[in-house]
Amino acid sequence: MAKTARVITITSGKGGVGKTTATANISAALAALGNKVVCIDADIGLRNLDVVLGLENRIVYDLVDVVEGRCKLRQAMIRDKRLEDLYLIPAAQTRDKNAVSPKDMIRICDELRKEYDFIIIDSPAGIERGFKNAIAPADEIVIVTNPEVSAVRDADRIIGIVEADQKGPAKLVINRINMEMVERGDMLAVADVLELLAVELIGIVPEDQAVLVSTNRGAPIALEPKSKTGQAFRDVARRLAGEEVAFSTANGGGNFFGRISKLIRPKAGS
Amino acid sequence: MPEVAFKGIREGLLVSLGDGDWPSLEQTLYEEVGKQGTFLKGAKLILDVDAHSINAASMGRLRDQLADQGLALWAVLSRSPLTEQSAQLMGIATRIHEPDPDPEQSDDEVEYVEEPSEHLALTDVGMMIKRTLRSGANISHNGHVTIIGDVNPGAQIIAGGNVVVWGRLRGLVHAGAEGDDNAVVCAIDLSPTQLRIAGHIAVPPTEREQNGPEVAFVRDGQVVAEAWTNQNST
Repeated sequence: MAKTARVITITSGKGGVGKTTATANISAALAALGNKVVCIDADIGLRNLDVVLGLENRIVYDLVDVVEGRCKLRQAMIRDKRLEDLYLIPAAQTRDKNAVSPKDMIRICDELRKEYDFIIIDSPAGIERGFKNAIAPADEIVIVTNPEVSAVRDADRIIGIVEADQKGPAKLVINRINMEMVERGDMLAVADVLELLAVELIGIVPEDQAVLVSTNRGAPIALEPKSKTGQAFRDVARRLAGEEVAFSTANGGGNFFGRISKLIRPKAGS
Repeated sequence: MPEVAFKGIREGLLVSLGDGDWPSLEQTLYEEVGKQGTFLKGAKLILDVDAHSINAASMGRLRDQLADQGLALWAVLSRSPLTEQSAQLMGIATRIHEPDPDPEQSDDEVEYVEEPSEHLALTDVGMMIKRTLRSGANISHNGHVTIIGDVNPGAQIIAGGNVVVWGRLRGLVHAGAEGDDNAVVCAIDLSPTQLRIAGHIAVPPTEREQNGPEVAFVRDGQVVAEAWTNQNST
Protein backbone atom coordinates (compact mmCIF):
# COMPACT_ATOMS: atom_id res chain seq x y z
CA MET A 1 0.00 0.00 0.00
CA ALA A 2 1.34 3.39 -0.94
CA LYS A 3 1.95 5.62 2.03
CA THR A 4 2.37 9.35 2.22
CA ALA A 5 4.79 10.15 4.97
CA ARG A 6 4.55 13.27 7.07
CA VAL A 7 7.87 15.07 7.14
CA ILE A 8 8.44 16.59 10.57
CA THR A 9 11.47 18.72 11.32
CA ILE A 10 12.62 19.11 14.91
CA THR A 11 14.40 22.37 15.53
CA SER A 12 15.07 24.94 18.25
CA GLY A 13 17.33 27.80 17.21
CA LYS A 14 19.42 27.60 20.35
CA GLY A 15 21.79 24.69 20.75
CA GLY A 16 21.78 22.26 23.61
CA VAL A 17 18.07 22.25 24.35
CA GLY A 18 17.64 18.59 23.47
CA LYS A 19 16.76 18.48 19.75
CA THR A 20 18.68 15.32 19.06
CA THR A 21 17.42 13.58 22.18
CA ALA A 22 13.88 14.60 21.26
CA THR A 23 14.33 13.40 17.66
CA ALA A 24 15.66 10.02 18.80
CA ASN A 25 12.93 9.52 21.37
CA ILE A 26 10.01 10.75 19.28
CA SER A 27 11.17 8.62 16.33
CA ALA A 28 11.60 5.55 18.53
CA ALA A 29 8.22 6.10 20.17
CA LEU A 30 6.48 6.53 16.80
CA ALA A 31 8.11 3.33 15.54
CA ALA A 32 7.09 1.52 18.73
CA LEU A 33 3.49 2.56 18.02
CA GLY A 34 3.72 0.63 14.76
CA ASN A 35 4.67 3.38 12.33
CA LYS A 36 7.39 3.09 9.71
CA VAL A 37 9.81 5.84 10.59
CA VAL A 38 12.98 7.25 9.05
CA CYS A 39 14.98 9.80 10.95
CA ILE A 40 17.47 11.98 9.14
CA ASP A 41 20.36 13.72 10.87
CA ALA A 42 20.69 17.06 9.07
CA ASP A 43 23.47 18.28 11.35
CA ILE A 44 26.26 17.65 8.88
CA GLY A 45 29.70 17.96 10.37
CA LEU A 46 28.43 17.50 13.92
CA ARG A 47 26.47 14.30 13.66
CA ASN A 48 25.22 12.67 16.81
CA LEU A 49 21.77 11.25 16.24
CA ASP A 50 23.52 7.95 15.45
CA VAL A 51 25.24 8.03 18.83
CA VAL A 52 22.03 8.74 20.72
CA LEU A 53 20.33 5.86 18.90
CA GLY A 54 23.33 3.60 19.51
CA LEU A 55 23.90 3.01 15.79
CA GLU A 56 27.24 4.70 15.28
CA ASN A 57 29.20 1.52 14.62
CA ARG A 58 26.87 0.49 11.78
CA ILE A 59 27.41 3.53 9.57
CA VAL A 60 28.79 2.77 6.12
CA TYR A 61 27.26 5.51 4.00
CA ASP A 62 25.78 8.85 5.03
CA LEU A 63 23.54 11.65 3.79
CA VAL A 64 26.31 13.33 1.80
CA ASP A 65 27.12 10.03 0.07
CA VAL A 66 23.48 9.87 -1.04
CA VAL A 67 23.45 13.48 -2.22
CA GLU A 68 26.69 13.06 -4.15
CA GLY A 69 25.58 9.78 -5.69
CA ARG A 70 28.13 7.47 -4.10
CA CYS A 71 25.42 5.16 -2.85
CA LYS A 72 21.71 4.47 -3.16
CA LEU A 73 19.36 5.92 -0.58
CA ARG A 74 18.63 2.41 0.70
CA GLN A 75 22.30 1.77 1.41
CA ALA A 76 22.57 4.77 3.71
CA MET A 77 19.56 3.73 5.78
CA ILE A 78 20.49 1.97 8.98
CA ARG A 79 17.87 -0.20 10.60
CA ASP A 80 17.55 0.21 14.35
CA LYS A 81 18.65 -2.76 16.41
CA ARG A 82 15.55 -2.73 18.64
CA LEU A 83 12.75 -1.58 16.36
CA GLU A 84 12.47 -3.04 12.91
CA ASP A 85 10.46 -0.13 11.52
CA LEU A 86 12.92 2.56 12.58
CA TYR A 87 15.66 3.69 10.20
CA LEU A 88 18.36 6.32 10.43
CA ILE A 89 20.07 8.26 7.67
CA PRO A 90 23.19 9.57 9.41
CA ALA A 91 24.92 12.87 8.71
CA ALA A 92 28.47 13.04 7.40
CA GLN A 93 31.03 13.88 10.01
CA THR A 94 33.79 15.05 7.72
CA ARG A 95 31.90 17.56 5.60
CA ASP A 96 30.00 20.75 6.27
CA LYS A 97 26.45 21.96 5.77
CA ASN A 98 27.12 23.27 2.28
CA ALA A 99 27.53 19.72 1.01
CA VAL A 100 23.73 19.44 1.03
CA SER A 101 21.19 21.88 -0.43
CA PRO A 102 17.52 22.38 0.47
CA LYS A 103 16.65 20.85 -2.93
CA ASP A 104 18.58 17.67 -2.08
CA MET A 105 16.62 17.34 1.15
CA ILE A 106 13.30 17.77 -0.67
CA ARG A 107 14.31 15.16 -3.25
CA ILE A 108 15.38 12.62 -0.63
CA CYS A 109 12.22 13.09 1.41
CA ASP A 110 10.02 12.77 -1.68
CA GLU A 111 11.72 9.48 -2.45
CA LEU A 112 11.00 8.22 1.07
CA ARG A 113 7.45 9.50 1.37
CA LYS A 114 5.83 6.61 -0.47
CA GLU A 115 7.10 3.92 1.85
CA TYR A 116 7.08 5.44 5.32
CA ASP A 117 4.65 7.01 7.76
CA PHE A 118 6.99 9.55 9.31
CA ILE A 119 10.22 11.20 8.27
CA ILE A 120 11.74 12.96 11.27
CA ILE A 121 14.54 15.43 10.58
CA ASP A 122 16.96 16.52 13.28
CA SER A 123 17.92 20.12 12.54
CA PRO A 124 21.19 21.72 13.55
CA ALA A 125 21.17 24.75 15.86
CA GLY A 126 21.18 28.19 14.32
CA ILE A 127 19.25 29.71 11.44
CA GLU A 128 21.77 29.26 8.66
CA ARG A 129 22.20 26.77 5.83
CA GLY A 130 21.86 23.62 7.91
CA PHE A 131 18.62 24.86 9.40
CA LYS A 132 17.31 25.80 5.95
CA ASN A 133 18.18 22.33 4.67
CA ALA A 134 16.29 20.81 7.56
CA ILE A 135 13.08 22.81 7.15
CA ALA A 136 12.94 22.84 3.34
CA PRO A 137 11.15 19.46 3.00
CA ALA A 138 9.10 19.78 6.21
CA ASP A 139 5.32 19.50 6.32
CA GLU A 140 5.32 20.24 10.02
CA ILE A 141 7.76 21.80 12.44
CA VAL A 142 8.27 20.83 16.06
CA ILE A 143 10.14 23.38 18.15
CA VAL A 144 12.01 22.15 21.20
CA THR A 145 12.72 24.69 23.90
CA ASN A 146 13.78 24.83 27.53
CA PRO A 147 12.05 26.92 30.17
CA GLU A 148 14.69 29.62 30.08
CA VAL A 149 14.55 33.08 28.56
CA SER A 150 17.27 32.66 25.94
CA ALA A 151 15.92 29.37 24.59
CA VAL A 152 12.40 30.78 24.42
CA ARG A 153 13.64 33.90 22.64
CA ASP A 154 15.32 31.76 19.98
CA ALA A 155 12.25 29.56 19.68
CA ASP A 156 10.20 32.70 19.04
CA ARG A 157 12.57 33.74 16.26
CA ILE A 158 12.40 30.29 14.69
CA ILE A 159 8.61 30.28 14.84
CA GLY A 160 8.64 33.62 13.02
CA ILE A 161 10.89 32.24 10.28
CA VAL A 162 8.82 29.10 9.94
CA GLU A 163 5.64 31.16 9.66
CA ALA A 164 7.26 33.32 6.99
CA ASP A 165 8.17 30.16 5.06
CA GLN A 166 4.51 29.13 5.29
CA LYS A 167 5.25 25.80 6.91
CA GLY A 168 2.07 25.91 8.96
CA PRO A 169 1.87 26.57 12.66
CA ALA A 170 4.78 25.12 14.61
CA LYS A 171 4.22 22.75 17.51
CA LEU A 172 6.05 23.04 20.77
CA VAL A 173 7.83 20.65 23.10
CA ILE A 174 9.10 22.11 26.37
CA ASN A 175 12.05 20.02 27.45
CA ARG A 176 13.86 19.79 30.78
CA ILE A 177 11.28 21.38 33.00
CA ASN A 178 12.02 21.17 36.69
CA MET A 179 8.86 21.72 38.71
CA GLU A 180 10.69 22.43 41.93
CA MET A 181 12.51 25.30 40.26
CA VAL A 182 9.29 26.55 38.70
CA GLU A 183 7.64 26.56 42.10
CA ARG A 184 10.52 28.54 43.54
CA GLY A 185 10.16 31.01 40.68
CA ASP A 186 13.63 30.22 39.33
CA MET A 187 12.41 28.80 36.06
CA LEU A 188 9.81 29.88 33.57
CA ALA A 189 6.55 27.99 33.92
CA VAL A 190 4.82 26.31 31.02
CA ALA A 191 2.19 29.05 31.04
CA ASP A 192 4.86 31.76 30.69
CA VAL A 193 6.39 30.03 27.70
CA LEU A 194 3.05 29.47 26.02
CA GLU A 195 1.92 33.03 26.63
CA LEU A 196 4.87 34.32 24.65
CA LEU A 197 5.10 31.73 21.91
CA ALA A 198 1.36 31.18 21.40
CA VAL A 199 1.69 27.88 19.54
CA GLU A 200 0.26 24.42 20.13
CA LEU A 201 1.92 22.54 22.97
CA ILE A 202 2.47 18.86 22.25
CA GLY A 203 4.80 17.88 25.04
CA ILE A 204 6.23 18.68 28.43
CA VAL A 205 9.33 16.67 29.27
CA PRO A 206 10.74 16.77 32.81
CA GLU A 207 14.39 17.25 33.59
CA ASP A 208 15.78 13.81 34.30
CA GLN A 209 19.31 12.55 34.74
CA ALA A 210 18.21 9.20 33.36
CA VAL A 211 18.06 10.86 29.91
CA LEU A 212 21.80 11.46 30.08
CA VAL A 213 22.40 7.86 31.02
CA SER A 214 20.22 6.52 28.21
CA THR A 215 21.82 8.91 25.71
CA ASN A 216 25.27 7.69 26.68
CA ARG A 217 24.14 4.09 26.35
CA GLY A 218 22.55 4.74 22.97
CA ALA A 219 19.16 3.49 24.11
CA PRO A 220 16.29 6.02 23.81
CA ILE A 221 14.49 6.50 27.12
CA ALA A 222 11.16 6.42 25.28
CA LEU A 223 11.60 2.65 25.06
CA GLU A 224 11.84 2.26 28.83
CA PRO A 225 8.29 1.51 29.91
CA LYS A 226 8.71 2.58 33.53
CA SER A 227 10.35 5.94 32.88
CA LYS A 228 8.14 9.02 33.35
CA THR A 229 10.37 10.94 30.97
CA GLY A 230 10.02 8.12 28.48
CA GLN A 231 6.26 8.40 28.94
CA ALA A 232 6.46 12.13 28.21
CA PHE A 233 8.18 11.39 24.88
CA ARG A 234 5.71 8.60 24.11
CA ASP A 235 2.90 11.11 24.71
CA VAL A 236 4.51 13.53 22.24
CA ALA A 237 4.62 10.73 19.65
CA ARG A 238 0.95 9.84 20.23
CA ARG A 239 -0.08 13.49 19.91
CA LEU A 240 1.88 13.75 16.65
CA ALA A 241 0.15 10.60 15.45
CA GLY A 242 -3.17 12.34 16.02
CA GLU A 243 -4.26 10.94 19.36
CA GLU A 244 -5.74 13.14 22.05
CA VAL A 245 -3.53 12.65 25.05
CA ALA A 246 -4.13 14.66 28.20
CA PHE A 247 -1.18 16.30 29.89
CA SER A 248 -0.38 14.58 33.13
CA THR A 249 -1.03 17.69 35.23
CA ALA A 250 -3.54 20.47 34.95
CA ASN A 251 -1.27 23.39 34.20
CA GLY A 252 1.41 21.34 32.56
CA GLY A 253 4.78 20.19 33.71
CA GLY A 254 4.20 17.34 36.08
CA ASN A 255 6.16 17.11 39.24
CA PHE A 256 7.58 13.68 38.72
CA PHE A 257 9.79 13.87 41.72
CA GLY A 258 7.70 12.39 44.44
CA ARG A 259 4.59 14.45 44.96
CA ILE A 260 2.37 12.51 42.62
CA SER A 261 -0.54 12.80 45.04
CA LYS A 262 -0.81 16.49 44.28
CA LEU A 263 -1.42 15.93 40.60
CA ILE A 264 -4.71 16.91 39.12
CA ARG A 265 -5.60 14.91 36.07
CA PRO A 266 -7.75 16.60 33.44
CA LYS A 267 -10.20 14.32 31.65
CA ALA A 268 -8.88 12.70 28.54
CA GLY A 269 -10.07 14.33 25.37
CA SER A 270 -10.56 17.72 26.95
CA MET B 1 15.82 50.89 -19.69
CA PRO B 2 16.90 47.26 -19.63
CA GLU B 3 14.85 44.86 -17.52
CA VAL B 4 17.70 44.19 -15.13
CA ALA B 5 20.29 46.88 -14.42
CA PHE B 6 23.36 46.43 -12.22
CA LYS B 7 25.11 49.30 -10.49
CA GLY B 8 27.82 49.26 -7.84
CA ILE B 9 27.06 51.58 -4.95
CA ARG B 10 28.75 52.14 -1.62
CA GLU B 11 26.52 49.66 0.23
CA GLY B 12 26.84 46.88 -2.29
CA LEU B 13 25.45 45.91 -5.64
CA LEU B 14 22.25 47.68 -6.60
CA VAL B 15 20.08 45.70 -8.99
CA SER B 16 17.10 47.52 -10.43
CA LEU B 17 14.29 45.58 -12.02
CA GLY B 18 12.14 47.22 -14.67
CA ASP B 19 8.55 46.60 -15.69
CA GLY B 20 7.16 43.32 -16.88
CA ASP B 21 5.53 40.38 -15.19
CA TRP B 22 7.23 39.09 -12.11
CA PRO B 23 7.94 35.44 -13.00
CA SER B 24 9.77 36.31 -16.22
CA LEU B 25 11.58 39.19 -14.53
CA GLU B 26 12.69 36.85 -11.78
CA GLN B 27 13.94 34.42 -14.42
CA THR B 28 15.84 37.18 -16.24
CA LEU B 29 17.43 38.17 -12.94
CA TYR B 30 18.72 34.63 -12.34
CA GLU B 31 20.02 34.45 -15.91
CA GLU B 32 21.77 37.81 -15.67
CA VAL B 33 23.30 36.85 -12.35
CA GLY B 34 24.31 33.48 -13.81
CA LYS B 35 26.03 35.21 -16.77
CA GLN B 36 28.25 37.19 -14.44
CA GLY B 37 29.58 33.89 -13.11
CA THR B 38 31.86 34.06 -10.13
CA PHE B 39 32.41 37.78 -10.63
CA LEU B 40 29.53 38.62 -8.31
CA LYS B 41 30.20 35.94 -5.75
CA GLY B 42 29.91 37.18 -2.18
CA ALA B 43 28.28 40.45 -3.20
CA LYS B 44 25.80 42.19 -0.96
CA LEU B 45 22.75 42.61 -3.11
CA ILE B 46 20.27 45.46 -2.94
CA LEU B 47 17.29 44.67 -5.10
CA ASP B 48 15.04 47.49 -6.27
CA VAL B 49 11.81 45.87 -7.37
CA ASP B 50 9.90 49.15 -7.71
CA ALA B 51 6.17 48.43 -7.52
CA HIS B 52 6.25 44.65 -7.82
CA SER B 53 4.36 42.82 -5.08
CA ILE B 54 6.26 39.84 -3.75
CA ASN B 55 4.81 37.58 -1.09
CA ALA B 56 6.82 35.98 1.67
CA ALA B 57 7.12 32.61 -0.05
CA SER B 58 8.45 34.14 -3.29
CA MET B 59 10.79 36.34 -1.30
CA GLY B 60 12.17 33.27 0.44
CA ARG B 61 12.68 31.51 -2.89
CA LEU B 62 14.40 34.57 -4.30
CA ARG B 63 16.76 34.74 -1.35
CA ASP B 64 17.57 31.02 -1.54
CA GLN B 65 18.13 31.09 -5.30
CA LEU B 66 20.48 34.05 -4.99
CA ALA B 67 22.24 32.41 -2.06
CA ASP B 68 22.83 29.36 -4.26
CA GLN B 69 24.64 31.67 -6.68
CA GLY B 70 26.76 33.06 -3.87
CA LEU B 71 24.85 36.33 -3.49
CA ALA B 72 23.49 37.62 -0.21
CA LEU B 73 20.15 39.40 -0.57
CA TRP B 74 20.70 42.21 1.88
CA ALA B 75 18.01 44.72 1.04
CA VAL B 76 14.87 44.93 -1.04
CA LEU B 77 13.56 48.33 -1.99
CA SER B 78 9.99 48.62 -3.10
CA ARG B 79 6.96 50.83 -3.26
CA SER B 80 4.71 47.86 -2.57
CA PRO B 81 3.73 47.49 1.10
CA LEU B 82 3.37 43.71 0.61
CA THR B 83 6.93 43.44 -0.67
CA GLU B 84 8.22 45.53 2.23
CA GLN B 85 6.38 43.36 4.72
CA SER B 86 7.67 40.13 3.16
CA ALA B 87 11.22 41.46 3.24
CA GLN B 88 10.90 42.53 6.85
CA LEU B 89 9.49 39.14 7.76
CA MET B 90 12.59 37.51 6.34
CA GLY B 91 14.89 39.96 8.08
CA ILE B 92 15.85 41.63 4.81
CA ALA B 93 16.43 45.37 5.03
CA THR B 94 14.02 47.67 3.22
CA ARG B 95 16.03 50.87 3.54
CA ILE B 96 19.59 51.69 2.72
CA HIS B 97 21.63 54.69 3.67
CA GLU B 98 21.52 57.65 1.37
CA PRO B 99 24.58 57.88 -0.87
CA ASP B 100 25.96 60.70 1.27
CA PRO B 101 24.92 59.91 4.83
CA ASP B 102 25.25 62.13 7.85
CA PRO B 103 28.44 60.95 9.55
CA GLU B 104 26.86 61.36 13.01
CA GLN B 105 24.41 58.65 12.20
CA SER B 106 26.94 55.96 11.43
CA ASP B 107 27.07 54.67 15.01
CA ASP B 108 23.37 53.96 15.03
CA GLU B 109 22.69 50.24 14.83
CA VAL B 110 19.32 50.90 13.30
CA GLU B 111 19.53 51.81 9.68
CA TYR B 112 16.75 54.21 9.25
CA VAL B 113 17.53 56.72 6.64
CA GLU B 114 14.93 57.41 4.06
CA GLU B 115 15.57 57.21 0.40
CA PRO B 116 15.25 60.61 -1.16
CA SER B 117 12.15 59.77 -3.15
CA GLU B 118 8.78 61.47 -3.04
CA HIS B 119 6.71 58.38 -2.52
CA LEU B 120 8.28 57.87 0.87
CA ALA B 121 8.22 61.50 1.91
CA LEU B 122 4.65 61.26 3.15
CA THR B 123 4.48 61.90 6.86
CA ASP B 124 0.93 60.97 7.59
CA VAL B 125 0.69 57.51 6.14
CA GLY B 126 0.25 54.39 8.22
CA MET B 127 1.22 50.78 8.11
CA MET B 128 -1.04 48.11 9.53
CA ILE B 129 0.29 44.71 10.49
CA LYS B 130 -2.15 42.07 11.55
CA ARG B 131 0.02 39.44 13.17
CA THR B 132 2.33 38.94 16.10
CA LEU B 133 5.86 40.23 15.60
CA ARG B 134 8.23 37.59 16.88
CA SER B 135 11.83 37.92 17.91
CA GLY B 136 13.93 39.08 14.95
CA ALA B 137 11.10 40.87 13.17
CA ASN B 138 12.08 44.38 12.21
CA ILE B 139 9.55 46.91 11.02
CA SER B 140 10.63 50.35 9.94
CA HIS B 141 8.26 52.78 8.44
CA ASN B 142 8.32 56.53 8.21
CA GLY B 143 4.63 56.96 9.05
CA HIS B 144 2.52 55.50 11.83
CA VAL B 145 2.63 51.80 12.64
CA THR B 146 -0.31 49.80 13.98
CA ILE B 147 0.09 46.22 15.10
CA ILE B 148 -2.86 43.95 15.75
CA GLY B 149 -1.09 41.25 17.72
CA ASP B 150 1.80 41.11 20.15
CA VAL B 151 5.28 42.52 19.77
CA ASN B 152 7.54 39.94 21.39
CA PRO B 153 10.93 40.57 22.96
CA GLY B 154 13.60 40.72 20.27
CA ALA B 155 11.27 42.36 17.74
CA GLN B 156 11.63 46.03 16.92
CA ILE B 157 9.52 48.76 15.41
CA ILE B 158 10.97 52.01 14.16
CA ALA B 159 8.33 54.51 13.11
CA GLY B 160 8.44 58.09 12.00
CA GLY B 161 5.04 58.62 13.60
CA ASN B 162 3.02 56.98 16.36
CA VAL B 163 2.99 53.30 17.25
CA VAL B 164 -0.17 51.54 18.36
CA VAL B 165 -0.06 47.95 19.55
CA TRP B 166 -3.33 46.14 20.00
CA GLY B 167 -1.73 43.48 22.14
CA ARG B 168 1.28 43.05 24.40
CA LEU B 169 4.23 45.24 23.61
CA ARG B 170 7.42 43.64 24.89
CA GLY B 171 9.95 44.39 22.17
CA LEU B 172 11.73 47.60 21.28
CA VAL B 173 9.79 50.55 19.91
CA HIS B 174 11.05 53.84 18.57
CA ALA B 175 8.28 56.30 17.75
CA GLY B 176 8.91 59.69 16.18
CA ALA B 177 12.21 58.33 14.94
CA GLU B 178 12.83 61.35 12.76
CA GLY B 179 12.72 63.65 15.77
CA ASP B 180 9.03 64.10 16.42
CA ASP B 181 8.70 64.69 20.19
CA ASN B 182 4.93 64.62 19.88
CA ALA B 183 4.81 60.98 18.85
CA VAL B 184 3.11 58.52 21.21
CA VAL B 185 3.22 54.79 21.79
CA CYS B 186 0.09 53.01 23.00
CA ALA B 187 -0.40 49.39 23.86
CA ILE B 188 -2.92 47.23 25.66
CA ASP B 189 -0.02 45.89 27.71
CA LEU B 190 2.84 48.36 27.56
CA SER B 191 5.94 46.56 28.81
CA PRO B 192 8.62 47.10 26.15
CA THR B 193 12.26 46.11 26.57
CA GLN B 194 13.08 49.67 25.65
CA LEU B 195 11.01 52.58 24.48
CA ARG B 196 12.27 55.51 22.45
CA ILE B 197 10.42 58.60 21.41
CA ALA B 198 12.40 60.91 19.12
CA GLY B 199 15.71 61.37 20.97
CA HIS B 200 14.49 60.13 24.36
CA ILE B 201 15.14 56.64 25.62
CA ALA B 202 13.31 54.94 28.45
CA VAL B 203 13.79 51.54 30.01
CA PRO B 204 10.56 50.67 31.78
CA PRO B 205 10.68 49.07 35.22
CA THR B 206 10.61 45.28 35.09
CA GLU B 207 7.74 45.03 37.58
CA ARG B 208 4.78 46.95 36.36
CA GLU B 209 2.13 47.97 38.83
CA GLN B 210 -0.13 49.25 36.10
CA ASN B 211 -2.39 46.86 34.28
CA GLY B 212 -4.45 47.78 31.29
CA PRO B 213 -3.86 49.98 28.28
CA GLU B 214 -1.33 52.76 28.54
CA VAL B 215 0.05 55.53 26.42
CA ALA B 216 3.65 56.73 26.51
CA PHE B 217 4.71 60.21 25.45
CA VAL B 218 7.33 62.84 26.15
CA ARG B 219 6.64 65.32 28.97
CA ASP B 220 9.33 67.80 30.09
CA GLY B 221 12.02 65.92 28.25
CA GLN B 222 11.12 62.55 29.80
CA VAL B 223 9.25 59.59 28.50
CA VAL B 224 6.25 58.92 30.73
CA ALA B 225 3.53 56.29 30.57
CA GLU B 226 -0.02 56.90 31.72
CA ALA B 227 -3.08 54.73 31.96
CA TRP B 228 -5.37 55.17 29.01
CA THR B 229 -8.51 56.86 30.33
CA ASN B 230 -11.11 59.13 28.88
CA GLN B 231 -9.04 62.21 29.75
CA ASN B 232 -6.50 61.21 27.19
CA SER B 233 -8.97 61.39 24.40
CA THR B 234 -9.10 65.17 24.40
